[in-house]
Amino acid sequence: MYTISSKIKIFSIALIILGLIGVGIGFMTSHKSFEEVETMLAEEAAHHGGGHGEEATEEVTSLNGHHEAVKTDLDTHEEMASEQKVDEHKAHVEHVQHQISNRPWSALYVGAFFFFMIGLGVLAFYAIQFAAQAGWSPVLFRVMEGITSYVLPGGIIVLLIAIASGTIGHYNIFVWMDPDVVAHDKLIQGKSGWLNLPMFAVRGFIFLAGWSLYRHFARKFTIAQDNATDDSYFKKTFRISAGFLVFFIYTESMMSWDWIMSVDPHWFSTLFGWYVFASMFVSGITVIALITMYLKSRGYLEQVNDSHLHDLAKFMFGISIFWTYLWFSQFMLIWYSNIPEEVTYFVTRIEDYKLPFFGMLVMNFIFPLLVLMNSDYKRIPWFVVMAGLIILAGHYIDVFNMIMPATVGDRWFIGIPEIGAVMLFGGLFLFIVFTALTKAPLVVKRNPFIKESEHFHY
Amino acid sequence: MEASKVIHAIYNDDDILMSAVKKVKAEKYHIEEIYTPFPVHGLDKAMGLAPTRIAIASFLYGCVGLTVAITMMNFIMIQDWPQNIGGKPSFSFIENMPAFVPIMFELTVFFAAHLMVITFYLRSKMWPFKNAENPDPRTTDDHFLMEVALSGNEKSLTDLLSETGAVEIKVIEKEAH
Repeated sequence: MYTISSKIKIFSIALIILGLIGVGIGFMTSHKSFEEVETMLAEEAAHHGGGHGEEATEEVTSLNGHHEAVKTDLDTHEEMASEQKVDEHKAHVEHVQHQISNRPWSALYVGAFFFFMIGLGVLAFYAIQFAAQAGWSPVLFRVMEGITSYVLPGGIIVLLIAIASGTIGHYNIFVWMDPDVVAHDKLIQGKSGWLNLPMFAVRGFIFLAGWSLYRHFARKFTIAQDNATDDSYFKKTFRISAGFLVFFIYTESMMSWDWIMSVDPHWFSTLFGWYVFASMFVSGITVIALITMYLKSRGYLEQVNDSHLHDLAKFMFGISIFWTYLWFSQFMLIWYSNIPEEVTYFVTRIEDYKLPFFGMLVMNFIFPLLVLMNSDYKRIPWFVVMAGLIILAGHYIDVFNMIMPATVGDRWFIGIPEIGAVMLFGGLFLFIVFTALTKAPLVVKRNPFIKESEHFHY
Repeated sequence: MEASKVIHAIYNDDDILMSAVKKVKAEKYHIEEIYTPFPVHGLDKAMGLAPTRIAIASFLYGCVGLTVAITMMNFIMIQDWPQNIGGKPSFSFIENMPAFVPIMFELTVFFAAHLMVITFYLRSKMWPFKNAENPDPRTTDDHFLMEVALSGNEKSLTDLLSETGAVEIKVIEKEAH
């Protein structure tokens, strides 16, 4: 039986407290008055040698459909020009003011989703092990079960933040929740049968209920299998795992439309669900490897040998490439066809998010490709830890790039609100996962494949 | 030309073969070669063969393929006859690069795979019309053959081999190359 060390307990609680402070500071400092934003913009414009403010206004108007009409009016009706200019200036300042107030919400949401996604990715990996009747992995089942204990609390947090942003917040993450925006937007009106707050909440509830039910019963059956006399519980887990995977691949796709893609309600990509899945899958496998190595270094999990580590690292390598494949498939088609309503997604990211956008590619593709390619390196724990930390940071930035451009535009920075959110949910994740690890023996017993797993060698 | 004696021990199971290899190695006999109908995992390590360098070769071949693809696409699409496809007449390699990624990927894989296979054939001294080297045609079906060099004590080696589960043991006079 594993007992949580006081160090981890104190560390995770400290992270939660520090994170809460960071998130609190983020919310406190995000309320800027109209005048404050106005002076800030004027300062920025002066700092960049003027012209920048104009340029930014130009950009905002060209990105926004109905402002085009305003611009043509401006050209034709000379007498109204000055009035329009005042309106435009006011709209721009209010726009920036809204972006600034969106930042702590989005930072909180990105952090919450990132850690939730790790749990969900591991849940899918776990179900695949059962459905495939994998022989190598049973010694890692309890580690996976520990991580998946975060799916329910983490998912509830993500859903609550999303709903709160549209009820107690000022539509800080999802613009389609704002009835005012919908009233002036024909495209969102067309989608409002799907994109409305009650439906969003109900769907979120169904997703979480389905995933948690599977997690609950799989856990129950594997613990029952420990003291069973036959394989009936294993067979039950096999059956529900296969069923869960069917449910999962539909609901995961819908979840990614709801919880991520709808932040840009005009934009859509048909492989978005797969893309998000690849991200959660590789992050999840990386965390399995990290926690396994941690427990092994503390003298637990003595059946885990370097072949298990090698296999996990192979998955980290392979799924990183799979992620790149999906990222590129999405990017290249949109880049090539160059249809305005699609390509705007990448235009904003390349213009305003150059460093995180291309940095993420380096961290999630080029780095794992070169570092984890060599077979021998996949067996060296510190090497896999370093690669894993980079991969996790890269996938945090991936989620960041999916949410932030839609909510805060070019007003992004990885500062106190973002790091605070990562610490808050990272601490919560560690606390919940390591508490769950203490609830059952760290190695399953009487799993029909446990012998094969113990003697697994490459 | 000097004649040397070898023993051919035949096994009918890869697990028995693996444990036999370990025993024979432990007794310090020299295993010259093993013929198997399919690749047996871990056999190279058990025999104490040097680790393969084909992976390094493959990486280098992949780099060659990538370079060929970049050079080729740059010449064809940018320099020799600049083309306007999908309204992208930018005449710059880096701006058109996403369109070339599939080609770069495919040629990397193509070069790595083909050159790796050719290297493997050459290093294994296999080429068309070459006579097969395996001494017993059953090793292409369901039997495993271990060839052990014989120096002196024939009795103790045959005893050891039959102990390890060999189904057939033959002493062969072999012409040294």
